[in-house]
Amino acid sequence: MSPELSGGHPTIAGSGTGKPATYALCLGDDALVLAQRLGEWIAASPQLEEDVALANIALDQLGQARSLLGYAGSLMEPSRSEDDLAYFRDERDFRNVHLVERSWALPGGTGSDFGVTMARMLIWSTYQVELYSRLTSSADETLAAVAAKAVKEVDYHRDHATMWVLRLGDGTEESRVRMQAGLEAEWPYVEELFDASYVDQGLVASGVAVDPSILREPWTGRIEQVLAEATLTSPEVPPARGGGRRGIHTEQMGYLLAEMQHLARSHPGATW
Amino acid sequence: MAVLTRDRAWEAAAAVLDPEVPVLTIEDLGVLRSVDVSEDETVLVRITPTYSGCPAMDTIRADVEQALTEAGFERVRVELVLSPAWTTDWMSEAGKRKLADYGIVPPQPHGREGVVSLALTLRCPQCGSPDTRELSRFGSTACKSLWVCNACREPFDHFKAH
Repeated sequence: MSPELSGGHPTIAGSGTGKPATYALCLGDDALVLAQRLGEWIAASPQLEEDVALANIALDQLGQARSLLGYAGSLMEPSRSEDDLAYFRDERDFRNVHLVERSWALPGGTGSDFGVTMARMLIWSTYQVELYSRLTSSADETLAAVAAKAVKEVDYHRDHATMWVLRLGDGTEESRVRMQAGLEAEWPYVEELFDASYVDQGLVASGVAVDPSILREPWTGRIEQVLAEATLTSPEVPPARGGGRRGIHTEQMGYLLAEMQHLARSHPGATW
Repeated sequence: MAVLTRDRAWEAAAAVLDPEVPVLTIEDLGVLRSVDVSEDETVLVRITPTYSGCPAMDTIRADVEQALTEAGFERVRVELVLSPAWTTDWMSEAGKRKLADYGIVPPQPHGREGVVSLALTLRCPQCGSPDTRELSRFGSTACKSLWVCNACREPFDHFKAH
């Protein structure tokens, strides 16, 4: 490990400097961690086509993460590569929201649950469509370019999640109950997506970053439409505490990072 | 010594094949955006990814460098550009024909902004029947979906409009 990485606490440039390093890091970490989590479904989905679908969605998220982390790293002092950021940061330096890091299990359960997965993917992809479609007009050319590419991808992810939520919600009694249970499990983590406290207001004012709080209303409108058609209801549950943007994560984050990082840390510089 | 021109550089880069759909060149796909040769004969090639996570980009980059080196250019730089974002509308007509011959149904063109063009069905590339259905919206690569023909029962790939 090179000396500047050994502390595990990279200097994050960009706060108040007009450069969106931290902002790009937050969005990149969201996509990276979700990609890693989605990978668990490969060869474990209810059907072969779904393996392929979730793997493709994970790959899109990984691609977005690479662009965003590569850009964030280029703005840091000293600069960092996408691999430095993915593999050589510790848990407290990750800035992703809790929604993307948690296991796919129902509360109290152990196995991955498909209802939880589709609830999360609907929540997440609807949020990403709202975010990226606005970020395409960012004053920052790189963020605008990444968003223009990504918005077409996440729109397709949303279609996929919507299709499943409709099919399960408006399906059998069993599938409806389980889809609703998935929504109840994920809903506490919705609020953190719209928490604007992590975004430098200077970046919002200069048109570089999107204020996440403005995404709430269009997000709710789209989600309620899908849930109504699926004969499901918006859960009424208190929001979880959040803290992902400050580096405070859930218990499951450590396990995810251990799996994602152990090869790179055990064999630094390994290629294949 | 041969005169090294932009045209020769373009020709060399344009002949590079997509590693995942090897009947298409990167020019057919619209992945090759520009080729410039500076006064000191450094070639700058710009390519754009189809999807953010397209794993073929690293191979394409290496293949472009190799093709230009073989064409006699000593200094080659390959740059990845994201903007404007790639669309299947950039696929050449020749590319679409090659895809169809290969058994992959080519992408439909996008309509004008705000106008949704409805493709009612895809024709089976094996038997030509319009009686086909989508099996999976995601396929073997990010750019394809999987279909099946109800008439001849053969599965086939569709290059999604993107």
